[in-house]
Amino acid sequence: MKKERRDFIKQAGFVGAAVVTGGAAVVTSGILAPTTANASSGHEVTDSDQPRLGMVIDMTKCKEECNDCSDICHSVHNVPDHGNPKDEIKWIWKNEYERVFTDKSHQYVSQDLKQKPFLTMCNHCDDPPCVKVCPTNATFKRNDGIVQMDFHRCIGCRFCMAGCPYGSRSFNWIEPRPAIKEIDSSFPTRERGVVEKCNFCAELIDKGEKPACVTTCKEGALIFGDLNDPNSEIRKVLETTKTIQRKPGLGTKPSVFYVV
Amino acid sequence: MIEKGLTGSKTYMTWLGLLGSLMAVGAYGYKQQLDYGLGITGMGRDISWGIYVAQFTFMVGVAASAVMLVLPYYLHNFKAFAKIVVLGEFLAVSAVVMCILFIFVDLGKPSRILNVMLYPTPHSMLFWDMLVLNGYLILNTLCGRVVLKAERQQVPPPKWIKPFILLSIPWAFSIHTVTAFLFAGLPGRHLWLTAILAPRFLASAFAAGPALLILLALLVKRIADFDAGKAAFDKLITIVTYGSIANFFFIGLEFFTAYYSNIPSHMHSLEYLYFGLDGKTALVPFMWTSTFLGLGAIGLFLYPKTRDNETLLAIACAGIFISLWIDKGIGLIIGGFVPNAFEEVIEYQVTGVEISIVVGIWATGIFVLSVLFKSAIDIKKIHE
Repeated sequence: MKKERRDFIKQAGFVGAAVVTGGAAVVTSGILAPTTANASSGHEVTDSDQPRLGMVIDMTKCKEECNDCSDICHSVHNVPDHGNPKDEIKWIWKNEYERVFTDKSHQYVSQDLKQKPFLTMCNHCDDPPCVKVCPTNATFKRNDGIVQMDFHRCIGCRFCMAGCPYGSRSFNWIEPRPAIKEIDSSFPTRERGVVEKCNFCAELIDKGEKPACVTTCKEGALIFGDLNDPNSEIRKVLETTKTIQRKPGLGTKPSVFYVV
Repeated sequence: MIEKGLTGSKTYMTWLGLLGSLMAVGAYGYKQQLDYGLGITGMGRDISWGIYVAQFTFMVGVAASAVMLVLPYYLHNFKAFAKIVVLGEFLAVSAVVMCILFIFVDLGKPSRILNVMLYPTPHSMLFWDMLVLNGYLILNTLCGRVVLKAERQQVPPPKWIKPFILLSIPWAFSIHTVTAFLFAGLPGRHLWLTAILAPRFLASAFAAGPALLILLALLVKRIADFDAGKAAFDKLITIVTYGSIANFFFIGLEFFTAYYSNIPSHMHSLEYLYFGLDGKTALVPFMWTSTFLGLGAIGLFLYPKTRDNETLLAIACAGIFISLWIDKGIGLIIGGFVPNAFEEVIEYQVTGVEISIVVGIWATGIFVLSVLFKSAIDIKKIHE
């Protein structure tokens, strides 16, 4: 008995030491902890040579009845329309202010604003929880900040959907292809069983163009550019206008901003 | 060794046949799901994990609970568990088999499951969960088998197995801790974003698992004339009682933090589960059934006569098992998605196909358990 106990303590000590050093390595390498030491939330600006693409949505210009941006997006990306909310796939869509800004609405907010449809989409977070939880790197952050999906690697575990605090991700619960009105051969269709979402039109960015929603918007409500470039149009808008983000308190650092 | 579990009396073979047909029902359900897609389940854009992940979470607890036999027996030399420690290990094996199946049927692209190993991602808790669960399956199969084999040959277990047995102890805690980490680290899912999720998981596991083991021990006492012994039963009852009390204490803590702080986002999910939110009350009857069954069972466990009355004991164990099965195997996972990221209340409606797959997986687990228990008990009875 005595010997058993000694053996155990030795082994338990080893396991314990491995856990502690492993844990310390995880925290210091920034896998689990934010890399910023600033207690204020890590919202300080870091100008970098590497671009970080972002968008400002100016809701003062966005027309309530207009859906041009989501129409063009869903058509160029072969987004199926299943016609029911359970199987629904959406990349960019509208929802009421108090739904989009759950933490910014209050009891006396004007009735008009409360129910005003706000555009919503993937926030292409600088610290994306969906990327952190994905067990296969099927969702990953590109060097330019775009949070991208690899439809061929995704195993369909939907951990990213649980991880995303913005409800920006959709899963192909059923066969998508029959529900696509007209297939655009310039972008891949998806198979059943994988997750998808807005990709900031990475396929256009790579050709030096802007996202389809931005070029389609007649009102100029969508301003797109490099957040890390202090001279970019988007930074100037952010500098001169009051803007807000969705759920900034969660530390995900969304790259989509709103002018209310 | 396992061949003993595949032969037996006519009743035993009929039992295996019954389980086999339930497994076939599950397989048929799974085929329908493969043909149509996961849209055939109650899951959707807003509730993206359903009963599969919830049952998975519950079964990880049952698997981890084997440690409640291994630890007293091997570390504290509690001899009364000698007869049943292997049953605990085999219960863990069957439970882990079920866990793996529940994850498998939940995948949208099951053919790509090996991607988790081909592209290892240490920043994902699912990667670690895969490692610890498979490791635990191997450890328990190995330890159970080697010790039982030695017993059959009437020699002491080989020395080299001891480190593996000792390793299985922290490993059991790790499987349920890492499973809690799947949920507890997600921003914006307030029901899960709590540091006591892992302890809560462990407490409910150490109540539900040993409660199931008591039920199984009572069963084999009747049908196989294999008595675990009074001391073993008494110790298990003590473990279940403490585990259950700790579990309800933790649930109480969640209520205090949410309701005293009065932060709406922290109260919403609890409100939905126990009182209904925006007029949606689908899970309310389940949660209160769970609460009353659980508290009633604790009452029975504290009543001294329960220990000497097998009927009362069985009722108490079934009560706590069903209570925790509802709490963890339904409420905790579904409730985490309500309300959704837009604070809309959308409910989950389980479908018939989903239930048939769940039944098939339970039948598979019980099949594995029957074969392993039968083998072990046959060997133990020969050498008694």
